[in-house]
Amino acid sequence: MPEPVAPETPVAAPETGPGTRAPDREFTIAERSQFQLVLRRFMQHRLAVGSLVVLVLLVLLAYVGGALWKYDFGQFTPDKSDAPSLDHPFGTDAAGKDQFAQVLRGTQISLQIAVLVALFSTVVGTVWGAVAGYFGGVVDTILMRVSDLVLTLPLLAVAAMLAHNFGGSWWLISVVIAGLYWAYVSRVARGVVLSLREKEFIEAAKALGASDARIIFRHLVPNALGSIIVNATVLVALAILLETSLSYLGFGVRPPDTSLGILVSEAQTALTTRPWLFYFPGLFIILIALTINFIGDGLRDALDPQQTKVRA
Amino acid sequence: MLAFAVRRIAVSLPILLISTFIVFMLASLSGNPLSPLLTRNPPPPPETIALEAERLRLDHPLLERYWMWLTGLFRGDFGPSVQSNLNIGSEVAGRFMVTIRLIAVAMILALVLAVVIGVISAVKQYSKTDYTATFLGFLFLAMPAFWLAILLKQAGIDFNNAVDEQVVYTIGDASVPLPEGFGAQVADIAGHMILPTISLALISYAAWSRYQRSAMLEVMNSDYVRLARAKGLSRRRVMVKHALRNALIPLTTVTALDLASIISGAVLTEAVFQWRGMGDLLLNAIHSDDVYVVMAWLLVTATVVIVFNLLADLLYAVLDPRIRYA
Repeated sequence: MPEPVAPETPVAAPETGPGTRAPDREFTIAERSQFQLVLRRFMQHRLAVGSLVVLVLLVLLAYVGGALWKYDFGQFTPDKSDAPSLDHPFGTDAAGKDQFAQVLRGTQISLQIAVLVALFSTVVGTVWGAVAGYFGGVVDTILMRVSDLVLTLPLLAVAAMLAHNFGGSWWLISVVIAGLYWAYVSRVARGVVLSLREKEFIEAAKALGASDARIIFRHLVPNALGSIIVNATVLVALAILLETSLSYLGFGVRPPDTSLGILVSEAQTALTTRPWLFYFPGLFIILIALTINFIGDGLRDALDPQQTKVRA
Repeated sequence: MLAFAVRRIAVSLPILLISTFIVFMLASLSGNPLSPLLTRNPPPPPETIALEAERLRLDHPLLERYWMWLTGLFRGDFGPSVQSNLNIGSEVAGRFMVTIRLIAVAMILALVLAVVIGVISAVKQYSKTDYTATFLGFLFLAMPAFWLAILLKQAGIDFNNAVDEQVVYTIGDASVPLPEGFGAQVADIAGHMILPTISLALISYAAWSRYQRSAMLEVMNSDYVRLARAKGLSRRRVMVKHALRNALIPLTTVTALDLASIISGAVLTEAVFQWRGMGDLLLNAIHSDDVYVVMAWLLVTATVVIVFNLLADLLYAVLDPRIRYA
């Protein structure tokens, strides 16, 4: 039915802009209008939109602010144990390092880990779960038993063990965390694919002779992506907490680099004398995890309007 | 019910077996327990190193080492520790008792908090109380366990200073040596438990209260609750006897599934308050590449998780008479 859709196209086109990917022609219109619908619902979720704004500001502050700020995170200044001031907004530690620069560096590390964990665990988990759900039978059983096994491993213990000997840099920590988290995504992906594969459009694709790979990546995965992204946001917040915990225990990111977990760990004895060393990194961890959780909540409501009736 | 329980345990055993195998491989391959000895200055004689390697079974191939560990378990032998005088079995038993009292009390506290707050939020949906509870829940979900624990530790120190007396203890799981007399001992242990338990409970309750709230809302909108109200039963009676009972069912599963993350939370809480529990044991073992201690930790915690999941399934049937396990 081209007639009712056609007038919408000129409206839809400028919204997405030229930077977006250019998929097959026949899919553009449907994908965009659904995207707009979700976007509109998301924009109505005030807390989620506010969180998104705060998170974007945090990203800008961490990278742009960190690059422009007069002190480097590893640099020693002549001011030792200074309280917050105009020169040092978050004060300095006993060695004279500027805490603002350190917190920004820690925030960068946390955000980088979040992005890498999200990418890696979402890609691996989605493919894993989609293949298991689509083929079913023996393939499903084998793939899902493997991911069950990963789920039974005690996260903190295994992550600490691996990070203790292989870790130290932020990306290795992310790989370790993602290596334990993809199994959660695979479960979600499988669940959605199981219900989608019985739908008519899959049958149509099969009848037209589409290959298994095409059906999985062109039809199943894009349709399952909504639920997967919602679950990924929760995992990302958890991954940040896990990384800071590992760093706090001494298994995560290592000096001379720094992370929010290390900063809290270093400051715990100085809580009465130099409270700024303890509160600022902690607040940044909370702020990142909190905003990601709220964004995930907003996405959940936007992608599944039915659910709001129950959970409001 | 018994057949179901036996079947469940039978299914859990292979999974437990494979996950011990994976962790054993990871732990054995990821570090060298001899490294403190090798880097010692002046270097120890090669015979000492060879003896130590033999004691730690490093002269056997990896698969054989796993087999030796597995068969040793049936004789009550948990394998050799890097610390030559440490009996892993008795060490774990002592530390397990320390950790279990932290986890048990914290979970009960968290469950009570979750049910009370979840039900109040649901009953007063969209009220100020509801919004406050929701926000607090999200806040605790986003808070790192160790950060909250350090904060509470400091609050405890301030409190002690304010009343000029040691009311709560901020370091250790009990005084060494324990005071004389049963009453004094209980008071001492309770004084040590207050802060760690509160911090672990606060970290755990948040997600559960969200579940409880949505389960309660769902039940409150169901037909049989409306029928009970229509029959003229009081609102309080309907809520407690009809709605709450059914709304508790989802929580039992969630609680059991979350046990593993509570154990992780307990590791962090123990680290902050310097308890000599299972968490401390694990962290030291990882630091010194003490493979067999890590394995003992895994075995104990995995067993607890399996047993707990089974209990949750059985409790499910008690709460919901429609569920029958054949």
